[in-house]
Amino acid sequence: MPVADTLVDTDASVTDASPTTHVDPQTAAAASAAGFVPQQSRAERAASFDVAAFPLPSGREEEWRFTPVKKLAALLAEGATGHLDWTTSLPEGVTTSTISAAEAQGLGILPPQDRAAVLAAASADGAVLVDVPAEAELTEPVRIRLDGAGADPVHAHVVVRAGRFAKAVVVVEHAGSARVSELLSVVTGDGSDITVVSVQRWSDDTLHLAQHDALVGRDARFTHVSVTLGGAVVRVNANVRYAGPGADATLLGVYFADAGQHLEHRSFVDHNAPHCKSRVTYKGALQGETARTVWVGDVLIRAEAEGTDTYELNRNLVLTDGARADSVPNLEIETGEIEGAGHASATGRFDDLQLFYLQARGIPEDEAKRLVVRGFFVDVIREIPLADLRDEITAAIEEELATTDYAAPTQQTPSQHASKEN
Amino acid sequence: MSTQHTLEIKGLTVSVETEDGPKEILRGVDLTVKSGETHAIMGPNGSGKSTLAYSVAGHPKYTVTGGTVTLDGEDVLAMSVDERARAGLFLAMQYPVEVPGVTVSNFLRTAKTAVDGEAPKLRTWVKDVKTAMGNLKMDPAFAERSVNEGFSGGEKKRHEILQMELLQPKIAILDETDSGLDVDALKIVSEGVNRAKDASGLGVLLITHYTRILRYIKPDFVHVFVDGKIVEEGGPELADRLEDEGYDRYATTVPAAQA
Ligand SMILES: Nc1ncnc2c1ncn2[C@@H]1O[C@H](COP(=O)(O)OP(=O)(O)O)[C@@H](O)[C@H]1O
Ligand SMILES: [Mg+2]
Repeated sequence: MPVADTLVDTDASVTDASPTTHVDPQTAAAASAAGFVPQQSRAERAASFDVAAFPLPSGREEEWRFTPVKKLAALLAEGATGHLDWTTSLPEGVTTSTISAAEAQGLGILPPQDRAAVLAAASADGAVLVDVPAEAELTEPVRIRLDGAGADPVHAHVVVRAGRFAKAVVVVEHAGSARVSELLSVVTGDGSDITVVSVQRWSDDTLHLAQHDALVGRDARFTHVSVTLGGAVVRVNANVRYAGPGADATLLGVYFADAGQHLEHRSFVDHNAPHCKSRVTYKGALQGETARTVWVGDVLIRAEAEGTDTYELNRNLVLTDGARADSVPNLEIETGEIEGAGHASATGRFDDLQLFYLQARGIPEDEAKRLVVRGFFVDVIREIPLADLRDEITAAIEEELATTDYAAPTQQTPSQHASKEN
Repeated sequence: MSTQHTLEIKGLTVSVETEDGPKEILRGVDLTVKSGETHAIMGPNGSGKSTLAYSVAGHPKYTVTGGTVTLDGEDVLAMSVDERARAGLFLAMQYPVEVPGVTVSNFLRTAKTAVDGEAPKLRTWVKDVKTAMGNLKMDPAFAERSVNEGFSGGEKKRHEILQMELLQPKIAILDETDSGLDVDALKIVSEGVNRAKDASGLGVLLITHYTRILRYIKPDFVHVFVDGKIVEEGGPELADRLEDEGYDRYATTVPAAQA
């Protein structure tokens, strides 16, 4: 793997000079020539429950500039009538109910930050509330499976409320064929320890725009894991804000894009309280012509967030020619009184030396590649708190790999030699 | 107990791709290593010793432009890198590669399974690994660490010898396994090589820059390697002469002093 370029950004204001890693410099140049709306501080970005605050995007806006918005018209229009099929598995003590949009807002959820999310919040069906009571220590996960049910666009809102000192894992699995904009709002109580795992294993034609928010309680721990393997266009934005000091948030992601897939992950950690910690780690692999991934990681350390400790990292492994990974860390720091702040971003190909080393021990090339890819993802997958889900995801990634016929990186296994006739 | 194996290198010429086109590095190497034999190759920096080792192992960076390499008569150059290893060749690398996220124990088991064509029996395997690590004075905790990641130079070299002892190749090429080792580590590593020689009649091609290791691993043959080929051959006494006189008396275009 390429070595990460680690830098600590101590500039106090804007960050428009953040590094962007492209695999295809030509496309990148063409894209920047098209001209974007100038970047502002993340603090000034719209966040509102008012649909009117979010006009239809053109694709030039900072928050949409990597996304194929033209394909998403159905999700950006009001009046979606479709639904998803729900299957839930609720440990004892956990309840679900339907609440109105107003009631959802009353729980203190974070406001939508783009048009897809605001439409999901305004959904005529209200929201599904998953309630984990205070002090509940769940030994089994809450499992919610959402299956596509027809071609009608869906605007869905799920709220997870966890009481003080609650300890729970919530797994949301997405599958099937759908066009869905989803808002998942998590509000965690003081001292709680909540993990949300969102797995996207959609069919090839699915469009999925998601905003997953957490308002993390004082002294609480929150972990969000995105696993995105399936779908035509999938964009999962994970956002964190702190309700009080002493909290710790971890945002993780694993994605694997094939030809024709656009998989985008954005994260925004809003350090608005002192002495909080955040760790953001996303790792992705790409294979096939037109496979496309985007990672944009925003971290804002506000003036009041003294003692903040934050680090974000994105790594991409490009397995074949023609794939493109964008990686944009943005770190804004408004106070000098921080514990630590850094980011790293790197995109590279299979390391030929690693493959040679493994093969030189007798391991066949395809198995060597599986080992390297598995090793690449392992530190993120290890954080998924369920063994069966870890195994399932590892197997799914290896299935993806099995379909690869590695183009350019390392075709020349036997050394060419013109020696036979001498 | 061991059967006789032969690695035969004949007229081997190898080039690498550089910015100004291909550059010839090996200029006709002839060398035969048989089971139970230990051959030391000594030569100045940049003379092409690693190139020889990598070319036999099949590193894609090197292009064989002429000559043959066979193992027991089989055409090694027609084999992929992993086929060469499964045929019984082993290269202990001068600079072992880090493989993040792949544990030593997983790596060793995967390699052993590949080389043997079947998974080793779990109980004996675990014991074998433990014993081999103990012999090489490696902390058992290494088994759960990522391959070579964060290993010191000496730990990497011991890990190479660990693999050699467990995979039981027919012929092993050790590329400067002694470089950068203190005397204690050098002894441990040498003992490992001698164990493998005793256990399976391993044939060894020992590439080294210094004669120090030859006090612990006795060579049967010494080859002086200069400018991409062998320029002199002899018994162990040749090593002593090199120790005293250096490589100056061999006409070389490579400055021998650049250590
Ligand atoms: N990729 C490469 N490009 C250009 N020159 C190379 C390359 N690899 C090796 N060489 C050259 O080949 C020669 C032999 O190198 P090497 O086999 O590493 O020597 P040794 O192991 O004897 O020190 C050196 O002059 C080195 O600079
Ligand atoms: Mg060398």
